[in-house]
Amino acid sequence: MSDHILQMRGITKSFPGVTALQDVNLSVRRGQIHAICGENGAGKSTLMKVLSGVYRHGTYEGEIVFDGEPCHFSGIRDSEQRGIVIIHQELALAPQLSIAENIFLGNERARRGLIDWNRTNHEAGLLLRRVGLAENPTTPVTELGVGKQQLVEIAKALSKKVRLLILDEPTAALNDEDSEHLLELLRGLRNDGITCVIISHKLHEVISVADAITILRDGRTVETLDTATDQVTEERIISGMVGRDLDHRFPPREPRIGAEVLRIEDWTVYSTTQHDRRVVSNVTLSLRRGEIVGLAGLMGAGRTELAMSVFGRSYGHRISGRIIKDGRPIEVRSVRDAIRHGIAYATEDRKRYGLNLIEDIKRNVSAAALERLARRGWVDDNREYQVADGFRQSLGIKAPDVLSVTGTLSGGNQQKVVLAKWIFTDPDVLILDEPTRGIDVGAKFEIYTIINRLADEGKAILLISSELPELLGLADRIYTLSAGRITGELPRAEATQERLMTYMTKEQE
Amino acid sequence: MTSVAPTNTDLAVDKNPAAPEKPTAPRRFSVNLRQSGIYIAFALIVALFSVLTGGDMLQPQNISNIIVQNSYILILAIGMIMVIIAGHIDLSVGSVVAVCGAITAVLTVNHDMPWPLALLVTLIAGGLIGAWQGFWIAYFGIPAFIVTLAGMLLFRALTLTTLGNQGIGPFPDPLRTLSNGFTEGYLGNVGLGPLGGADLVSLLVGLLAVAGIAVTQWRARVGRIRYQQTVDPMPVFLLKIIVPSALVLFVVVQLARFRNLPWVLVLLAALVLGYSLLTNRSVFGRHIYAVGGNLHAATLSGIKVKSVVFWLFVNMGVLAALAGVIFAGRLNQANPVAGNQFELDAIAAAFIGGAAVQGGVGRIVGAITGGLIMGVINNGMSLLNAPSERVMLVKGLVLLAAVAFDVWTKRRAGAAR
Repeated sequence: MSDHILQMRGITKSFPGVTALQDVNLSVRRGQIHAICGENGAGKSTLMKVLSGVYRHGTYEGEIVFDGEPCHFSGIRDSEQRGIVIIHQELALAPQLSIAENIFLGNERARRGLIDWNRTNHEAGLLLRRVGLAENPTTPVTELGVGKQQLVEIAKALSKKVRLLILDEPTAALNDEDSEHLLELLRGLRNDGITCVIISHKLHEVISVADAITILRDGRTVETLDTATDQVTEERIISGMVGRDLDHRFPPREPRIGAEVLRIEDWTVYSTTQHDRRVVSNVTLSLRRGEIVGLAGLMGAGRTELAMSVFGRSYGHRISGRIIKDGRPIEVRSVRDAIRHGIAYATEDRKRYGLNLIEDIKRNVSAAALERLARRGWVDDNREYQVADGFRQSLGIKAPDVLSVTGTLSGGNQQKVVLAKWIFTDPDVLILDEPTRGIDVGAKFEIYTIINRLADEGKAILLISSELPELLGLADRIYTLSAGRITGELPRAEATQERLMTYMTKEQE
Repeated sequence: MTSVAPTNTDLAVDKNPAAPEKPTAPRRFSVNLRQSGIYIAFALIVALFSVLTGGDMLQPQNISNIIVQNSYILILAIGMIMVIIAGHIDLSVGSVVAVCGAITAVLTVNHDMPWPLALLVTLIAGGLIGAWQGFWIAYFGIPAFIVTLAGMLLFRALTLTTLGNQGIGPFPDPLRTLSNGFTEGYLGNVGLGPLGGADLVSLLVGLLAVAGIAVTQWRARVGRIRYQQTVDPMPVFLLKIIVPSALVLFVVVQLARFRNLPWVLVLLAALVLGYSLLTNRSVFGRHIYAVGGNLHAATLSGIKVKSVVFWLFVNMGVLAALAGVIFAGRLNQANPVAGNQFELDAIAAAFIGGAAVQGGVGRIVGAITGGLIMGVINNGMSLLNAPSERVMLVKGLVLLAAVAFDVWTKRRAGAAR
């Protein structure tokens, strides 16, 4: 019996009207990487907030024993004192400050109130070496990519003499290379005796890195798996998370594919910020009625750039190429042109680019096609309500009514509002950019069902996704994009994760 | 009142440092509180000054004064809140008021132009000024703060160039009537018992307004029911008709007892009605909220963001010109320092009236109420012979409190998310 550094026993945390955690047990062994999996809303973040003292002792039931001693934290400072450090999904770095300043923020290397810069930068340098980040400590954080910023966060945690490091979705915003580096780093930290708790949606990562996996569902512990002794697969974890097996991860669909509806020829786009850098090169692709076409590519391959440049030149500089709709070349110079020609684009970042979060569902649904609800410039409020309420019911948007503010909805429901907005423009072609990003497994299934239904109605779907299983599960045909070029086109039957990955990483000849 | 019940849970939530995940009922209530807080505050302030002034506040002549003295700020506030909803600001309106007053004066006094034509030219000039600023902001991409700060200097300079160091006047009578005058008693007076005689036309207009409120509310309710939307319970619905109706009737009766309806009140009522409709019901109005709520999302939804912002500034210019004519008509001369710091009053009115600092939120009626709050504080404190520095102090604190309240409610809503 190896000893446990952390034991949380019988944790129950309720808010008025909601029980977020019910009798949750979590035992983390010393020097292990322990993953916590669960759908959004399963209680993972709440559990970590209980642990780190955000919810102070007394506001929850149950006990926390850290390193053999019971804990009564009344704030994050208390838990950090004991060596428990949490790194949140949204990084908490000051972008204009240097790496070193960030690492020692709130924990400055100072003598009599004056900062000792030599010591600050020297110690920061040591920490950077430890996390494998080859950057000058005086570099402003804003110049680093997200992956490197993540490493700075870890260096910051190490500076606090961390013993239990908690990472909330650390690789959500990282590309595969950065993710792999991060996971390697966690393995290294484990060997140094630092225990890690990692919350992640990326199950293959969880399996590859974790020693133990605890699955939460609806605020309860489902089970804890040991990757050394149990037979752990993604399917196993998912069925624990959703209580549903993998056969039903993608809804079934009989494709009925019609004539070509959209064709993009010889499409070339230069970067908006660096005018001489080509981000999309001579891309040609076609979409047919009732067809779901996947677009696979690594981060930076130019997927979003391609989609947005087609969507009324919303991105890019010196765009050239042809768009052919229903056999006729069309000019798409603005978003309005695109909408008029029946092209819709649902963004990958719904909070920043997709929704007006302070407005209600109704006004978000109507935003892209308000003219359809108006006569001579005046909007018919009641019709608008009716339309939005129709979408609420048909897409299963979980909200009391369409007057609910979109900012209060969960990710999956927000995504449905985005979809409703674009479906209401009555498009022939829907470009869906990462439609299930940051959405829990149950809601993903619902989004997949909606996508299938749209295809069945005869719309052409271009599905951009970083999750290869998603493309394999939904698309009839998959294009791969690498460094701005189409490097492959595979029908569903011939596509496998390995083949796609090969094409996606293909270098330019 | 249905909102009473959630109050208790709301307070209970507040005492608990851990915010709930899904506080459906309290959310509704706090939204209501955020929207209606301003009207409650207005009522309290009016009540306070009525007591402090021993009822002088609500005397017929004083009500008339409050409206006439604040009309130009209220007109500016209408344009300003729309600009603020879209996420911008306009610091130049005070100077635009001055330059437009000067234009009218030069045209009517120096060149004997007929007043309707002069008014039209002035409004067009205001629109062109707005177009100039709108171009730099919307199409050139300079922050409105900078463009209108420059405009504040530019148009003040233009005013001084035009007028030199002196005022031009007097104004033609019709323009003065628009600013200061009252409707004629076309149908004579009627006796109101102990209240004495009152103008029949004014009373009829008041009754018509009340009927209008009732009918539009009723039709909206019927429409909602037909589309199976939830509506207020009957008592709340009736309250929402009775309270504003009583308010309108009270003001109208007082005015009818004094000197009939001020023309600026008629103008203001039309503007408020028109712009409320525009912001709530028109495609253009909806686009203003979309632009202010999330600029990127609006752009990617095919909204002509630049055009919306451009026309908002054109609109602001026209309203500033109108305010300029009314202000000049009231003073009976165009003055080189006219409109000084009006922009601050208009901006304060918008923020007291519930506009959000980040944009995307606000209502015309809110801005009018915000403007009236400041007007009532000004008026009430001068009735009490308070020195002007104390008035300034109170207004500053009220502005701060209003925005603090807005931020506080938003933070609570955010924590509850």
